[in-house]
Amino acid sequence: MKDPISLALNAFLAWAHENLFGSVWNTVLTVVTLIALVSVLQPLAVWALAAAQWVGTAADCRAADGACWAIVGEKYRWILFGRYPPDQHWRPLVAMVLLVGAIAWSLDRRRWNRSLLALWPVVAVAFYALMQGGAPGLDFVPVQRWGGLPLTLMLSVIGIAAAFPLSVVLALGRRSRLPAVRALCIAYIELIRGVPLISLLFMATLMLPLFLPEGVNLNDLICAQVAMILFSAAYFAEVVRGGLQAIPRGQFEAADALGLSYAQSMRKIVLPQALVHVIPPLANTCIGIFKDTSLVVLIGLFDLLGAAKAALADPAWHGFPAEVYFFAAAIYFVFCYGMSLYSRRLEADLAKGAAR
Amino acid sequence: MNFGRRALATVGARNIFYQVLAVGAVVALFAWLALNTADNLERRNISTGFGFLEREAGMEIGESAIDYAPSDSYGRAFVVGLLNTLRVALIGIALASVIGLFVGLARLSRNWLVARMALAYVETLRNVPLLLQLFFWYALITEAAPAPREALNPLPGVFLSARGLQVPALETDPVHRWAVWAFLAGAVGCWLLLRRLRALRERTGNAPPAWPLVAALLVAPPAAALALSGAPLGVELPEFQRFNFRGGTSLTPEFAALLLGLTLYTASFIAEIVRSGIQAIPRGQWEAARALGLRPGRVMKDVILPQALRVIIPPLTSQYLNLTKNSSLAVAIAYPDLVSIANVSINQTGQAIECIAIIMAVYLAISLAISLAMNLYNRAVALVER
Repeated sequence: MKDPISLALNAFLAWAHENLFGSVWNTVLTVVTLIALVSVLQPLAVWALAAAQWVGTAADCRAADGACWAIVGEKYRWILFGRYPPDQHWRPLVAMVLLVGAIAWSLDRRRWNRSLLALWPVVAVAFYALMQGGAPGLDFVPVQRWGGLPLTLMLSVIGIAAAFPLSVVLALGRRSRLPAVRALCIAYIELIRGVPLISLLFMATLMLPLFLPEGVNLNDLICAQVAMILFSAAYFAEVVRGGLQAIPRGQFEAADALGLSYAQSMRKIVLPQALVHVIPPLANTCIGIFKDTSLVVLIGLFDLLGAAKAALADPAWHGFPAEVYFFAAAIYFVFCYGMSLYSRRLEADLAKGAAR
Repeated sequence: MNFGRRALATVGARNIFYQVLAVGAVVALFAWLALNTADNLERRNISTGFGFLEREAGMEIGESAIDYAPSDSYGRAFVVGLLNTLRVALIGIALASVIGLFVGLARLSRNWLVARMALAYVETLRNVPLLLQLFFWYALITEAAPAPREALNPLPGVFLSARGLQVPALETDPVHRWAVWAFLAGAVGCWLLLRRLRALRERTGNAPPAWPLVAALLVAPPAAALALSGAPLGVELPEFQRFNFRGGTSLTPEFAALLLGLTLYTASFIAEIVRSGIQAIPRGQWEAARALGLRPGRVMKDVILPQALRVIIPPLTSQYLNLTKNSSLAVAIAYPDLVSIANVSINQTGQAIECIAIIMAVYLAISLAISLAMNLYNRAVALVER
């Protein structure tokens, strides 16, 4: 009677009664949902698994009824690295591993100290050197040929890293006692947040050449990176402002009473508290920026999405868009979902610290 | 030297100094850019000013709410683009709100299966770029969707094929305009009535229930107008006849993909806003409402949702703005919205500055209008403390 199997079964039945079949209405809801779920998932599973073509040629795929995962096997290097020279693919791979490794290393809160500030410039230089090359043994690869996932990661990491300090300045400026500084910051933040990112990207590629003196030519990647930074800073600034508003006046007054200068009181008293308050929205903004880097497709760069779209243009493999987009979506999902899980853990950790 | 240091020693002087510095830097930057630009434009022989808006555009536009021909002016083409943007944004906002509300409520369902499915929906859609989703839907509709002859028919009267989405439409007749006017008159009557009833309730603490009168006022005038004029009242279902669909309204593949992508993506954000808004209501409110003997549906409708709305509205406003701004991704799938039209105009005229200025001005105006409307609404539902 008390064997573990029947105990587990009893527990399961109790759980099912509680969560699925508690009342007539609940039971009806469960049954209807199950029917809907099966009617959607069953054909999807047949398409994606049972009837799928895992390897082979485009002709094999056309003969099969299901998904053509063979196209992903055929094109994954192009999707991941874009127009980078194929015999040099190890370089963006190593650069990417380096970047992701540095991110993973930085996630642990115990490592948040001066050494991180030293690590990141080294990583950035190594990434750039590997991608660009030019030294003996490493062929020169112009920026125009960079693409795929390394480009997406680069746009987001540099975008976030450069936009965040700028946003803190903007947020402090928006709460400044100086009316002219406040007005400038408000105008900047509201202007950027009021227009779509694509208009800024168009501005960066079409208008920037007109703005700069003759002879100064920037490539599209740098223009796009600048636009991403200016755009992200406005959104970060509003989040940071939310954190600043949550700090009680007493904290500001106490810092003044201690005789701290404005810079000292912000750096040592106000910002450390304000930023902890806004970790979830900061993480959401980071996820948004990571997703928004995909808009550079529209100005002709081959980031992860751009390379995936270009892979579909091969006439030999025409007609399997869903498979390629699923592959690209899975990569985006891993990064974005990872970021949101991390922010939840960090928030819980810090809450524990505050409760102690 | 010494004088300068002493002059900056007072707080007031220092404040003025910093502000002059900041404004001066910005003005100098803009002046430098303007000089460069004037120089570059002259060298490249690009004309300036908005005079080009009156010239003939010569561009084909796939769909338009107003009459448009390629011989019309750029100005009219921009208006067509703006109307297309507003069309997809308004329909998208309405649909995303409804789907978001249901998914958000489903997230809180005590039914495990329903809650999990809503969670899966939210996490999947939120963590994939919208542009990728748009490409996906567009490819699915144009490439993978069946030919019109074998169109998918998920609901009666709704057909999905490579030609786009065919949906039922109301049969139109000129006299229907009278019904619309009658409906508006009824709505105004409703508003007056509700005001009177509220005043009555506040004075006497007792008033007749409003809903029968409201329903009568909303339904009766248009019904009477239709009956008196004898106009046909029916729903026209699309039907496949030989080579094409007849009847109903068709949505182009571009519009259908854009609407689908924007709606499903934004709904996942709205769902989370609705969920957190409802969770922000203290448990005591639920318990008190149940203790009063209210049915579960009325607890939600009359007690929880009205309070949750106060938490929900500010973030909801920014989602509406996001949807409107995201509709500019239409340029990726060639739906002729404002940005697409501006993009073509830039390629044809080279007047990038003017065209991008138009885009920015229009989106800023839309953003301000939506924030203003939502702020007014927010004030109406805000907690009135007596």
